Amino acid sequence: MRFELLLALRFLREGRTQSALIVGGVMVGVAVVVFISALVTGLQANTINRTLGAQAHIVAKPIEPVARVQVTERAGTSNIATLQIAPRKIRSIDNWRQIISAYEAVPGVVAVSPMASGAAIALRGEGRNAVTVFGIDLPRYDRIVDLSNKLVTGKLRLEAGEVLVGTELARDLGAAVGDRITISNGSAGANDGDRFQIVGTLDLGNRDLSRRAVFLPLHVAQSFLGLPGGVTSIDLRVRDVFDAENIARNVARVTPLTVESWMSSNSQLLSALNAQSASTATIRVFVSIVVMLGIASVLVVAVVQKTREIGILRAMGASRGQMLRVFLLQGSLVGLVGSILGALLALLMAFLFSTLVRGADGNALFPIIVTWPLLLVSCVTATICGVFAAIAPARRAARLDPAMAMRA
Amino acid sequence: MTAASGNVLRLAGIRKSYNIGKPVEAEILHGIDLTVGNGEFTALIGPSGSGKSTLLNIIGLLEAPTAGTVEISGHPVSYSDDYNLTQLRAASLGFVFQFHHLLPAFSALENILMPQLVNGQGSTAETRAHARALLASVGLAGAENKKPSELSGGMQQRVAIARALSMKPALVLADEPTGNLDTKTAADIFVMLRKFNEDFGTAFLIVTHDVHLATTCDRQVTLADGQIVADKRRT
Repeated sequence: MRFELLLALRFLREGRTQSALIVGGVMVGVAVVVFISALVTGLQANTINRTLGAQAHIVAKPIEPVARVQVTERAGTSNIATLQIAPRKIRSIDNWRQIISAYEAVPGVVAVSPMASGAAIALRGEGRNAVTVFGIDLPRYDRIVDLSNKLVTGKLRLEAGEVLVGTELARDLGAAVGDRITISNGSAGANDGDRFQIVGTLDLGNRDLSRRAVFLPLHVAQSFLGLPGGVTSIDLRVRDVFDAENIARNVARVTPLTVESWMSSNSQLLSALNAQSASTATIRVFVSIVVMLGIASVLVVAVVQKTREIGILRAMGASRGQMLRVFLLQGSLVGLVGSILGALLALLMAFLFSTLVRGADGNALFPIIVTWPLLLVSCVTATICGVFAAIAPARRAARLDPAMAMRA
Repeated sequence: MTAASGNVLRLAGIRKSYNIGKPVEAEILHGIDLTVGNGEFTALIGPSGSGKSTLLNIIGLLEAPTAGTVEISGHPVSYSDDYNLTQLRAASLGFVFQFHHLLPAFSALENILMPQLVNGQGSTAETRAHARALLASVGLAGAENKKPSELSGGMQQRVAIARALSMKPALVLADEPTGNLDTKTAADIFVMLRKFNEDFGTAFLIVTHDVHLATTCDRQVTLADGQIVADKRRT
């Protein structure tokens, strides 16, 4: 193999202009693939993060009753009536503690948290906002939506008489950490309710959600909403967000609850993400084909240029296999060197994009995620493409008749 | 040089024809019988188109004959087995061509080492010393690192001769090795070939148009119209 490697390197060095051009071609191709992949990955991660930042990956809720048709027979007459569902009321999940234990055992699930939620009104002075009360077990819920990272002011804790509120709600009410607000469930007078002290404000990544979110301790919310000991939903977080739909199906088999993953509740978003992924894959495939054609065309020319040398080497005792390997090595070397340079160029492009392209607030639009696996896979793929591209020219070199080659 | 006992080459009934468009076939060689003894210094002469280069290609295992048998150092040659052809070529034969055919990307020393590299012997201290000695013996000591493009035509041909001898072959095939050189350089090259023949006992089969140089060989085989028409030994 030493001879083949030596010859491949010398042939590449001898035709350094050709070699530089094709290595440049591979470099640009790999840089485009890596940069586009990193850009789309960053964009998707950012989109998913914004979408799922304050949302559980999977939510289990009580089964909603549906309107039923009732047929009654009386004196030979059939009466058909539609039984509408009862007026909206908060439905509770029975035995939620056992259900949580069962959900935690489902493969892929990393966190489970109970929640009691319902509508309410937040009041402070003249200010009043329609809000949603989220009764949570803070340590568990923190693992679902990572509240720690969303805390803007105050502390992340929830004791009886304390609330965490969205930043927009705090602003609307003119309240800050330490202030007291009233939360009313509307069952008493419109201005009556329970008084809570704000211990922290949260930016939930969604202005509307930040305007209506009030977090209470679970047991307080249960009492507030009239659900003693009950919860309205169970939130789950999964290890792989794109496997949420499959895991939701497994979760649904555990209990007779309505289980919905973020993928079904955000199907349009998912379609957009899939379209982006498909576009990226298409770009990768076509860039790879262009790179392969470029390498192949240069090596075909190289075989023609080296015909006489191939002939003399064959006369010296070089086997067909050795000549085949010389050109396969050239293809792989071009792919390897080009891809390493391409990876470096992609890193530079990512840096420039992050530095130069800024949003209206002056911050980077979103992080471009260039990972080691992405770089490694791109380099390995380009090297393999180089080998594949070299197969036809290498076979041609190996098949050359030495006597004919020397007459060339 | 007296011929040593045994033959390095034996040809029997060699025919070679080319398809020049069906059904027409052009026969270039019409049943060649030739034996070259170990250490023999033989000239193969004849007019252009007589089949000299074709015969040399067949002997060099670069082309298969249409009919007939070839033995190299007592080994019958099967032209259908590319691996064995390659092995036999590497072990027994050296080539010198009219055009030096040196690899331009490699230095003079590396060109001489090339047969060793091709055959997996690598560039060891021993092979490098052997290559340096060969380079010195062709009068090019100190030119180890020069590329072929930095050498004159005569020097390039000397390097090509050193390369042909680097695997210590039993037979060196030289196809008009002086055809591209001036008279003095050609004579020097011939003297050099003769010296290697005498020093190493290597047999040479040299195709040449130069009748004067051919007369300095031990033997002159004349080919005309694809047949051996004369086979003279120097007395």
